[in-house]
Amino acid sequence: MHEYPVTLRIVEIANQQASEVNGRVRAINLVVGDDSGFIGESIQMYFDIIAEGTPCDGARLSIERVKPKLKCADCGHLFERKPFSFTCPKCGGDGYPTKIGKEFYVKDVELEVNDDAHDEQGRDG
Amino acid sequence: MHMMNKDVMVDIHAHNDHIAEHVHEYLNKKNIFAVNVMGAPGCGKTTTLEQLIKRLPQKSYVIEGDIESDIDTERLREQGVSASQINTFGACHLDAPLLHNAVHVMDFKEPGILFIENVGNLVCPAEFSIGEDIKLLLVSVTDGSDKPYKYPLAFEKADVILLNKVDLLPYLNFDEAFFMKGIRHLNPQVPVFKVCGTTGEGYEEVAKWLTERSGK
Repeated sequence: MHEYPVTLRIVEIANQQASEVNGRVRAINLVVGDDSGFIGESIQMYFDIIAEGTPCDGARLSIERVKPKLKCADCGHLFERKPFSFTCPKCGGDGYPTKIGKEFYVKDVELEVNDDAHDEQGRDG
Repeated sequence: MHMMNKDVMVDIHAHNDHIAEHVHEYLNKKNIFAVNVMGAPGCGKTTTLEQLIKRLPQKSYVIEGDIESDIDTERLREQGVSASQINTFGACHLDAPLLHNAVHVMDFKEPGILFIENVGNLVCPAEFSIGEDIKLLLVSVTDGSDKPYKYPLAFEKADVILLNKVDLLPYLNFDEAFFMKGIRHLNPQVPVFKVCGTTGEGYEEVAKWLTERSGK
């Protein structure tokens, strides 16, 4: 259930983009940090169900994962944390959490725009 | 027909966060200080509320979040606490739209503290803002001292941490230094209180801290 409400939001965001140009969504590119708490496979599973019958139906979901990084308080080095450790591999100092790895956003969408629909609208108008 | 690429750059939590801001504003206008109570199942969240509420000088309100049942709500009501129930029916956390509906039907007669007991879970409650002023994280010694390392986000986001069931420490291999080291790396300034839900030990200090922090 965890990914259901967020996947619903992803579909809403993409459908909104498609409706602005009277098009269909062919692909959605997401950026998901490993510390965001969301699993790509689960989002994909819900996506296929939620997108059905909407402009997102059949769209490809691409997920760019981001590894969390700590920042060393002593030397400023950004590094990935090893299990049960916060130690900087460069200087042995202490690392503290950063925003890197908490990303959770829709980066961009690829849309298919029906030019005929635009032309017809133009003629009718 | 042609293809086009459209930049979006929209945070998926933005919608939830927007509603959370609305909830926060609403509670603020009613002079209610909201505490999001997070912790694993069985760590003592409801018992902690009981221990705190009887020590707080101000009026307390409770919203109980559970997947199913209203056992905890009934338990609190029997003690005269103004409590209401949200059932998520499968969802593993509370989110802002659920809170929006719940706070608008509650009768906040006087200023006070609203405790929102989140669904028992150390993962997702930390990811969703629900309009709270602070996040209170409850961990029990039976959960294990490795929890800051395994569930870093909850510890990183907490405004106050309570370590519960400390009366059991002599019987467990809980490594307090290791536990505190993890917390200090994730959240250097967060106050940590040791409490015992069954005896009430340590709750006076927490109640004092909450009263000062809430300003209510």
